[in-house]
Amino acid sequence: MDTLYSIFVEPFRQIAEAPLFFFEVLIGGLAAGVMYALVALGFVLIFKASGVFNFAQGAMVLFAALFFVGFIDLGLPIWLSLIITVMVMVALAFAIERVVLRPLVNQAPIILFMATIGITFFLDGFGQTIWGSDVRRLDIGIPEDPIFIGDMLLNSFDLFAAAVCGVLVAGLALFFQYTPTGRALRAVADDHQAALTVGIPLNVIWTIVWTVAGLVGLVAGVLWGAKLGVQFNLALIALKALPVLILGGFTSVPGAIVGGLIIGGGEKVAEVYWGPVIGGAIEDWFAYMLAMVFLLFRPEGLFGEKIIERV
Amino acid sequence: MIYRETGQFRTSYAADQAIFPIRQDRIGIAVILLIAFVVIPATASQYWLETIMLPFLIYGLAAVGLNLLTGYAGQLSLGTGGFMATGAFAAYKLATAFPELHIVVVLLLAGLITAGVGILFGLPSLRIKGFYLAVATLAAQFFLLWLYNRVPWFTNYSASGVISAPPRAIFGEVYVTGFEAKPLAKYFFVLSAVALLALLAKNMVRLKIGRAWMAIRDMDIAAEIIGIRPLTTKLSAFAISSFYCGIAGALWAFAYTGSVEALAFDINVSFRVLFMIIIGGLGSILGSFLGAGFIVLLPIFLNNALLSLGLAEAVALASHIEFMIMGALIIFFLIVEPHGLNRLWQIGKEKLRRWPFPY
Amino acid sequence: MNEVLATSPGTQTAVARKRDIGEVLLQVDNISLRFGGVQALAQVSFDIRKGEIRAIIGPNGAGKSSMLNVINGFYQPQEGSLIWKGRRLRKMRPHFAAKEGIARTFQNIALFKGMSTLDNIMTGRILKMRASFLEQAFYLGRARREELENRAFVERIIDFLEIQHIRHVPVGKLPYGLQKRVELARALAMEPELLLLDEPMAGMNLEEKEDMVRFILDVNEEYGTTIALIEHDMSVVMDISDRVVVLDYGRVLADGTPDEVRNDPAVIEAYLGVQHD
Repeated sequence: MDTLYSIFVEPFRQIAEAPLFFFEVLIGGLAAGVMYALVALGFVLIFKASGVFNFAQGAMVLFAALFFVGFIDLGLPIWLSLIITVMVMVALAFAIERVVLRPLVNQAPIILFMATIGITFFLDGFGQTIWGSDVRRLDIGIPEDPIFIGDMLLNSFDLFAAAVCGVLVAGLALFFQYTPTGRALRAVADDHQAALTVGIPLNVIWTIVWTVAGLVGLVAGVLWGAKLGVQFNLALIALKALPVLILGGFTSVPGAIVGGLIIGGGEKVAEVYWGPVIGGAIEDWFAYMLAMVFLLFRPEGLFGEKIIERV
Repeated sequence: MIYRETGQFRTSYAADQAIFPIRQDRIGIAVILLIAFVVIPATASQYWLETIMLPFLIYGLAAVGLNLLTGYAGQLSLGTGGFMATGAFAAYKLATAFPELHIVVVLLLAGLITAGVGILFGLPSLRIKGFYLAVATLAAQFFLLWLYNRVPWFTNYSASGVISAPPRAIFGEVYVTGFEAKPLAKYFFVLSAVALLALLAKNMVRLKIGRAWMAIRDMDIAAEIIGIRPLTTKLSAFAISSFYCGIAGALWAFAYTGSVEALAFDINVSFRVLFMIIIGGLGSILGSFLGAGFIVLLPIFLNNALLSLGLAEAVALASHIEFMIMGALIIFFLIVEPHGLNRLWQIGKEKLRRWPFPY
Repeated sequence: MNEVLATSPGTQTAVARKRDIGEVLLQVDNISLRFGGVQALAQVSFDIRKGEIRAIIGPNGAGKSSMLNVINGFYQPQEGSLIWKGRRLRKMRPHFAAKEGIARTFQNIALFKGMSTLDNIMTGRILKMRASFLEQAFYLGRARREELENRAFVERIIDFLEIQHIRHVPVGKLPYGLQKRVELARALAMEPELLLLDEPMAGMNLEEKEDMVRFILDVNEEYGTTIALIEHDMSVVMDISDRVVVLDYGRVLADGTPDEVRNDPAVIEAYLGVQHD
């Protein structure tokens, strides 16, 4: 009886009693959700353009952050480190296209998926072999002062991250909608074969999309690194983008954003209000369980296209 | 010894449907068993038995389990670690709650409990496939680990979250778990269990249930139309695979490390076992062991290589390089030989069959 | 029908193909099927009688394959029902269809690519096997007996379809014509009462077609299997089928013997177009 009370009544009583605190918790969660969405965005880009489910997106986040912070720690100015890291990510996209994707073209999606798990391990190992596995502080001057909106205590860093995410999504939307490259990307996403027959160079498209995904990863890595320090854990946190994708649908950019916000907000609220009752640290699995339950009822996600199976 | 079928006529369907229809294969298996049961115990040092053979055998068993699910039934799982943990903790709870239970019974029950958990997390496989399912199995991995880590009942309220295997004996006085257990006894115990379970797996995959799994893997729609029920077939794969992983986890905790915490079965274990079956060969029982041997030996080999280069302090470096090499190898095998080491072995046999002619 | 059969050795019944065409085996009753806004089938009704060869023809996109998918329960129609052996079914399910003896081949071959020919055909026997997984794991008792009995049964089909030489070859490595034959073998392994063939001769050369026609006729005559087939090759359809149903835009355009259908003005119009003077 006590347990039932503390699960079904008590949390809501607390929320009703201190709504302000609830909103602070929620907004903190949504801020984390923005970061998940950034990683998920990279997934969606690659999935749309090449049908590859890129498990390595999280590793790319860590990889980019490691290189960026590594160059800064070597004494290079921030702008130069950024340029070099961008170049590294471009080179990485070229290498992945050449070494992994091209030889595996026309393989079953699940084989490509497993190959990206291989990429994950390679990148995690490679990045840390070069830069070591110590936690590195990344300070690029993002304001972290608490600010008050009304009576609510918010972190200016979170607002900054949300703004960056918004700009990035808008930029990508414009890129997809209005540039010839963007059109070609959408054509490839719709139908590989057809795109090939009208002369769209598939390999180039893949390189571009992996580059873009790498840069999105870089942004996520920098923001995350600035918040939590650059460390191996980033790759694990980035895995949370997977349930985000399931919620949002693999092919939908708005889905990635909304999914990220739901997961981020949901897990933080669950942790604060329900976590203590059942043992704490439920953030570890909340997102995955939510995604799994969701899968049972709506496998195509919130915004994904419904799949009709044909014989 | 030349591998050749010439002159071996199988005159009945019984002979042709036997588990190893070719004489040289039968001899090969006999030699492997002879080495495993006689030569290694007679010659191997305690270090070899405890730090190489035991993890190799137990990982091999887990790899067989995952291969049944992923290689044969085509359902990708990233929850192997969670299922192994389930086996370990179920065995621990059973062994401490019912001290009079025989260790073999404990293992079997732990396997059955894990099978039940596997069915539960396999339920989404009715509606989702491929990487959707992989993400759902991640839920199993993270949730189960959290459960054993955070709910004190599972560790009998141990403050550290570590469980220690109570001493248990077979045949009266021969201890196979706990502090008194001799390496040799543990080795024989684990080897017998693994050999038997591998044999059973080999039988299953070549008979009705294995064909149903492969049919679902290769073309689920066609399978449905010849009367294979997708849900029961997939769930049977989840159940039997989890049974194997559960026993592997229980053996890990009881016979190999002796004491273990939930985090020992983290997501890296899941990946490690997945890599074993990719490198060893998807859809191959022998390949599961080849892959396990490879992945178990790789870090030992790397450490020794770095040591000989004078980088004695570089434990972290070795693990990073190990990650890199594993990642690169996965990609290499997926590109060059998706059927893994097992396929290379098959090609070798084909060559031998024709020798001395090139084709 | 005589040209085709005359060139097919082994069918002595070419002169008088007299079999028992019995009662209605399957009645398709007023079936309508939609995908979103697309009407695949509209109020389709026809029957299939025991022992006959029933052809379903029509232009591409007429709903022929959808019809077969409804019959073996893969698609659920929005309206109408199936009456199987006099029983009106509320819902047809693939598993039920298989158990009741409705087997099927596909337009694009649907073999299990990772398995050998023998294993592919053995999957057709799965519903006939009863051994539990424990018996299978130990390969004892019922499991062993069943395996050998069914192997013997499958070998008879292998002999019948003349594919002994590819028994142990992975089906992915076989040429197209042989793959079609293996798929037929898998369907036959189910000992079907009703065999649905979706373009069994598509993409075959003349020789392969003749072989396939011979197999189909033999199955029909020797085992008394009822056959419903979709085929585009009109000479084959007209030669071997007892009755033909013509679909167009998801509707039944005509239904009758080959001769009746051939002379039906609506069919001529659909196939040759209307003459505009």
